[in-house]
Amino acid sequence: MAKAEKIRLIARLEVKNDQLVKGVQLEGLRKLGDPHDFARAYYEAGIDEILYLDIVASLYERNNLSQIVRRTTGDVFIPITVGGGLRSVEDVHKILQQGADKAAINTAAIKDPSIITRVAEAYGSQCMVLSIQAKRRRDGSGWEAYYDNGREHSGLDAVEWAKRGVALGAGEILLTSVDSEGLGRGMDRELIRAVAGAVNVPVIAAGGAAGPEDVALAAEDGACAVALSSLLHYKRMGVGQLKAALAARGVGVRR
Amino acid sequence: MKRVTLIDYGLSNLLSVQRAFEHFGAKVEIARSPAAVLGAQALVLPGVGAFRDGMAGLEQLGLTVPIRQKAAAGTPLLGICLGMQMLFDESEEFGRWQGLGLIPGRVVKLPERNAAGGLQRVPQVGWNGLLPPQGKTDFADSLLRAVRPGGEVYFVHSYEAKPARPQDRLAEVLYGGRRVCAAARSGSVTGCQFHPEKSGEVGLSIIRQFLEDGEG
Repeated sequence: MAKAEKIRLIARLEVKNDQLVKGVQLEGLRKLGDPHDFARAYYEAGIDEILYLDIVASLYERNNLSQIVRRTTGDVFIPITVGGGLRSVEDVHKILQQGADKAAINTAAIKDPSIITRVAEAYGSQCMVLSIQAKRRRDGSGWEAYYDNGREHSGLDAVEWAKRGVALGAGEILLTSVDSEGLGRGMDRELIRAVAGAVNVPVIAAGGAAGPEDVALAAEDGACAVALSSLLHYKRMGVGQLKAALAARGVGVRR
Repeated sequence: MKRVTLIDYGLSNLLSVQRAFEHFGAKVEIARSPAAVLGAQALVLPGVGAFRDGMAGLEQLGLTVPIRQKAAAGTPLLGICLGMQMLFDESEEFGRWQGLGLIPGRVVKLPERNAAGGLQRVPQVGWNGLLPPQGKTDFADSLLRAVRPGGEVYFVHSYEAKPARPQDRLAEVLYGGRRVCAAARSGSVTGCQFHPEKSGEVGLSIIRQFLEDGEG
């Protein structure tokens, strides 16, 4: 599969109750503010997509993002992906009704992979984003897929799971490196290469991007998109600045 | 005009499209009946999903004849994504299905191979730059006239429209090294394969133009 001509930049907003939060390796959350305000600011600065993740939803077994997504559609006119606690086709239907374009599913797909096919058949594979939280195995034999925010291990090999997910109908893979997440020390390049090389759908790389250098490397490793959180939320770099830096390095971005 | 009617035949998320029109102060009405379609000042036909389901949805509500009547009377009509494809004569998605026949042409599957013979991704999902059709340098005299060539918009589609008449091609994109129809027009009927409501400022400029053109 040819590499993407342009890398998509996605703002990843993790939400707990009504608050944008950010942790380290998916733990130790800090409250940052109203997620919709952040989404709108990123939209105005030129971000390509918004990703909302309800990070406590799978604990409470419901997704609380409906209201936030509905507000966001009022002034953010780019694609919106929603994940966290989506457990059924009905849950996906509800979130699409609120203006979301895609659903990201992790826990429910691990528990019952048939949901991938059911969502893809109902709304198209482009709507079905398989979210994989990958953690390196201590023995160095690749990565294992985790769920419930990196707390529970599935026993599934992350690369094999990505391939199976695509065969079942996933149209995109949201690949989060749990080891790198929130540290801002670079992304897990081997993981990105392993998954992007194994599937023929776009891979969104997440976890550890500290600047344009990491985004450029992820693109080189086969990612079609990079999800950014700490880098943007803590205002280490603006979207426009990041895009300019990427363009200067010869990495295609939407201008 | 500032009054726009979205056709709801059960297949699409209308909210995002509605919000984009409301962003410019339009009063948005939702039509599920022939009377509501016939009373419209300007019509929008959105849609996501399969062609046959879309046409079946329109048929069930008795909307195909009123939509054709409105188009024949010169009412502005904007089709988006599947709504654009349904403006054509027929589609080969899951067999052969008749469309609304407002723009001559067919809808066919995006090829699995790019121009160089390599595999390419179907559906096309993502941003791509709008190009004037061959022989033109801009999008003058159309809903896209505020778009600069190369302006990017958001696509999600597995099928492409093939207008029968070259003059109906309004914009194209390069996908896998081939030119794919991104927008088409015949009279007061315009179709966008992309989602203007999800395409940032470029998409919003098309929405605004649709509202303004209908006022005159």
